[in-house]
Amino acid sequence: MALYTDTVMDHFMNPRNVGSIDDASGVGEVGNAKCGDIMKMYLQIEDGIISDVKFETFGCGSAIASSSMATELIKGKTIDEALAVTNRQVVDALGGLPAQKLHCSVLAEESIKAAVKDYYDRNGIEYDHSRFPDCDDCEGCHMV
Amino acid sequence: MNVYADNAATTEMSRLAKDVMISYMENIYGNPSSLHSIGQRAAEELAKARKQVADCIGCDPVEIYFTSGGSEADNQALVSAAAIGKRKGRKHIISTAFEHHAVLHTLERLEKEGFEIELLPVGEKGTVTAKQVADAIRPDTCLVTIMYANNEIGSVLPISEIGQVCRAKDVLFHTDAVQAAGHLHINVKEQNIDMLSLSAHKFHGPKGVGVLYAKRGIFLTNIIEGGAQERGKRAGTENLPGIMSMAAALEDSCSRIDENYAAVSHLRDRLIEGLLKIPHCALNGDPDNRLPGNINFCFEGIEGESLLLLLDAKGICASSGSACTSGSLDPSHVLLAIGRPHEVAHGSLRLSICENNTEEEIDYMLEEIPKVVEYLRGMSPVWKDLISGKKQFML
Repeated sequence: MALYTDTVMDHFMNPRNVGSIDDASGVGEVGNAKCGDIMKMYLQIEDGIISDVKFETFGCGSAIASSSMATELIKGKTIDEALAVTNRQVVDALGGLPAQKLHCSVLAEESIKAAVKDYYDRNGIEYDHSRFPDCDDCEGCHMV
Repeated sequence: MNVYADNAATTEMSRLAKDVMISYMENIYGNPSSLHSIGQRAAEELAKARKQVADCIGCDPVEIYFTSGGSEADNQALVSAAAIGKRKGRKHIISTAFEHHAVLHTLERLEKEGFEIELLPVGEKGTVTAKQVADAIRPDTCLVTIMYANNEIGSVLPISEIGQVCRAKDVLFHTDAVQAAGHLHINVKEQNIDMLSLSAHKFHGPKGVGVLYAKRGIFLTNIIEGGAQERGKRAGTENLPGIMSMAAALEDSCSRIDENYAAVSHLRDRLIEGLLKIPHCALNGDPDNRLPGNINFCFEGIEGESLLLLLDAKGICASSGSACTSGSLDPSHVLLAIGRPHEVAHGSLRLSICENNTEEEIDYMLEEIPKVVEYLRGMSPVWKDLISGKKQFML
C-alpha cells in the first residue's frame, strides 16, 4: 500500500526480533489497547550491553514496523546508546511515517526507555527519573 | 488469488454500466438544457433515465433528483426537511447513532443552527424498532432520518414499519438507502418513504452520481445554486453519461435482486459460519436482518489495520473499523454504538461481497483469514495477557 514506505512494509511483513525473553533483564510495556497500540519490549543486558532484544506489539502496520526497527537500532548497543534513540531516528530509519502514525515511533522510543527503567529498578541502579517520562503524560497519543 | 471483498466501499462497474457510459460519451454530448436538436436529444435520454430510476424504487419520474452521489443527496434531504420544519416551528430531528457521516455531520451542523437532534440507540444487534421511533416522535419533530441498511455492520432496518409510524404521525421520513439500493427491494410508496438517497457506485454503476428521491410536494432547499436543472433544485449541467450508466446499472441490479440475494447471502453465510470457528471473535450486526453481502467481525487481541495489510498481501481486499484506518484515535462510531469496547472495536474486519465473488474465493478467505489472525495474535501482548488469564476475554 502506498500509505507506507517499502522499509515500513518490509519491517511490517518481516518483523525482526518478534517474541519474548523468558528471563529478560528488563521488560517495558507502553501504550493502551483502548487507543489501539501496545508495545512490549524485552531486553537481555550483559555487561551494560543489550545482547538480545525481542518485542510483542498489538497495533497497526506502523506500530509493528516501528517496534521492529527500534529493536534493530538497539541490539548490541550500550544502555546509554539505547536510551539515546529517539522517535525521530526510528522514523528516519523507516524512511518516514505518515503524520497520523508518528505516535507509533514515540511508543517505540518509550518502550525502550520503559524496559531500561525496569532493568534499573530490578537491579537497584540509580537513575535520573526525568529521563523516563510517564507514558500517560506523553503527547504522542495526542499528536494526531 | 485476488479477492475483492470491499463492495460496501465501492463496486466494480459492470460491463453494461461501462458500455452505456462510453456510448453516451461518444454519441450524446448535448446539453439537455439546450433548445436545439442535439440538446433535446440529450434531454430525451435524461428523461428516460429518470423514468428507469423511478420505476426501480416505485415513484414518479418528477420525484427523482440527480445528484453527485449519496452524500449530496443526504445533505440536501436533511437540510430541506429542516428548513420545512423551521418554517412550522418544528425543530426536533430523530436519527440513529450509527448513521453514515453524510447524515451525522449534517445533523451536527443543524444542531449548531438550533435544531435538537435525538440519536436513537441501536442496541447490541445494531438496529432500531418502529416503536422506538414512535416513542421518540414529538409534536415538534420535523424529520426522522434512518438508514435502510448499515454500511459497516450490514443490519437492515425495519424501514416499512418506521415509514408507517412516520406517516401516521405526519412526520417526514428520509432514509439513506445507499447500501440497500440495487440489493434489496425498495418501493417508496408502499414503504411510506418521503425521501431517499442512493449512490450509483454501490451497485456496479459509476462514481460521482446519485439520486435524491423526494415525494411530490416536498419543497427542496438547494445545496448548489445556479441554473434551473433538476427542476431548479440542483444546479449544474447534468452528468449524462454517468446518469445513463447509473440508470442502466440500477435497472440491471433490480431485475436480479432475488437471484443475487440468494447467491450472495449463501456465500455470506458460509463465510460467517467459517469465521465463527476462530476463537474469541464475534459477528457484528443483526444476524437475521442483514445485507446479503456483509460480513463484519471483531477479533480479540489484534488490530484491524495490520490485519488488512496482511490480507492485502495475500490478495484479499477488505476494510476495518479500527482507528488506524480512519486517521483518528477512535475506532468506528458504528462499532462503539453497538457497545463494542474500544479494545475490541480496533480488531474489526469487514468483508463485503457481491454476486461476482465465487465459492473458491470464499474457500480462500476461510483458509487465509484464520492464519493471519493467529499470526497477529502470536505477536500481540494483549493476546498473551488474555490467554494467560491476566486479562479477561471480552468475546
